[in-house]
Amino acid sequence: MTSPSLFSGFLAILQRDLLLAWRRRGDAAMPVLYAMIVAILFPFALGPDHQLLARVSGGIVLVTVLLAMLLALDNLFRSDLEDGVLAQMVLAPQSLSFLMAARILAYWLVTACPLLIAGPILGYMLGLPAQAQPVLFLALVLSSALLALLGSMLAALTAGTRRSGMLLSLMLLPLIVPVVIFAAGAVSAVEQGLPWIAPLAWLSATLALTLVLAPVACATALRITLDA
Amino acid sequence: MNAFKTWFHKLGSPPFFYEFAGYLRPWLWVGTVVFAIAGLIGGLLLAPPDYQQGDAYRIIFIHVPSAWMSLFIYGVMAISGLVALVWRIKLAEIIAMESAPIGAAFTFITLVTGSLWGKPMWGTYWTWDARLTSELVLLFIYLGIIGLYHAFENERQGARAAAFLIIVGVVNLPIVHYSVVWWNTLHQGTTVRIFAPSSISLSMLWPILAMMIATKLYYGVSLLGRARIAVLERERGKDWVRQIVTEGTKNA
Repeated sequence: MTSPSLFSGFLAILQRDLLLAWRRRGDAAMPVLYAMIVAILFPFALGPDHQLLARVSGGIVLVTVLLAMLLALDNLFRSDLEDGVLAQMVLAPQSLSFLMAARILAYWLVTACPLLIAGPILGYMLGLPAQAQPVLFLALVLSSALLALLGSMLAALTAGTRRSGMLLSLMLLPLIVPVVIFAAGAVSAVEQGLPWIAPLAWLSATLALTLVLAPVACATALRITLDA
Repeated sequence: MNAFKTWFHKLGSPPFFYEFAGYLRPWLWVGTVVFAIAGLIGGLLLAPPDYQQGDAYRIIFIHVPSAWMSLFIYGVMAISGLVALVWRIKLAEIIAMESAPIGAAFTFITLVTGSLWGKPMWGTYWTWDARLTSELVLLFIYLGIIGLYHAFENERQGARAAAFLIIVGVVNLPIVHYSVVWWNTLHQGTTVRIFAPSSISLSMLWPILAMMIATKLYYGVSLLGRARIAVLERERGKDWVRQIVTEGTKNA
């Protein structure tokens, strides 16, 4: 008997998670709806002043998208923990961190991709300057990937607790603050005509580091949750 | 050396720790009171007013020692959290978890005294300055750790999950410490140094150091008191706890 390879395990998990998400398409639309509702409320709260909205639009879109991603985070491991799938993943011959990487990738594809399409549209509606659009998109890609990696690690820690929605946000806030600072810094730099590559380079460097460490940390957190 | 090693290993056993902490606490209390009185007299009465800030600077004798403690306690928690995760020592879990509320309290005191100081000096209670923001983030890390610990029904599992979070949160420590060096901030830079001459007058330095010792000792008092209760709670099924409880009710 030959044991299945590392990569086949990775693909199997990715395929399963994407299929599950496809079967429940309505759930994937929720974060986008949430982001739109929040972003649409801002012009009413701040008044339809174009200059003011244009100045804050980058930050609003960024924060809204990241908060919307949190909606799906709480249930990332919960149902799988309850029906025993996670215990099987721990027992699988492949390394748990690789399987976790597949799970995180699936989460990012399902939750972040619709938001990445909605983000620039919301930015346009709020009057974000055209030259800032590509930078906002890049910042959204990098920061949403970072949030997926950091958030799934914390979701693995809280999967065993009863209600964790608020707790998860409380734990995530300190980790996500630097990400927001650099992502928003890039957007506001391009709006002022300053070089914007440095904050994005910092984000990319952090992403490279997190990409390696977060799946391992996620697997460790999961082992603590399962007490394995 | 060998005797110390045996003693240290024995300290990991809950009944021995309970007794030892009970002996140590009164002495730490005495030290706390002595150093706090010395530091407060030195800081509030003896030290001269600042040439620029007048008497308003005297809040430094609370603010700076609390700020040091907010970082120091996190360091203690990180080390005992690591020990708890690697060797699964029950007492290390208790030390890490019972330190968290004390650390959160010191962080809160730092933020409050800092903002009270900021009003007369900077003209505002709060500004989004690097050091203020990172200290606020530290408070949220403390709250997250406390919240995670209490979210689990099983204390040991909660402690191990929270210990993991402590280690993840260590990245914030250098950011708080070096924020005044890395960024050009409103908050003043370091004036008290260990490895170089401090740029603060000796008449102001010694009360700060006395208060620093007092806060450290107070942390010891508070931690040992909390840890003793936590030990009793966790070992509630054991014989030695039953013995203490029955003796206590007999004497009362």
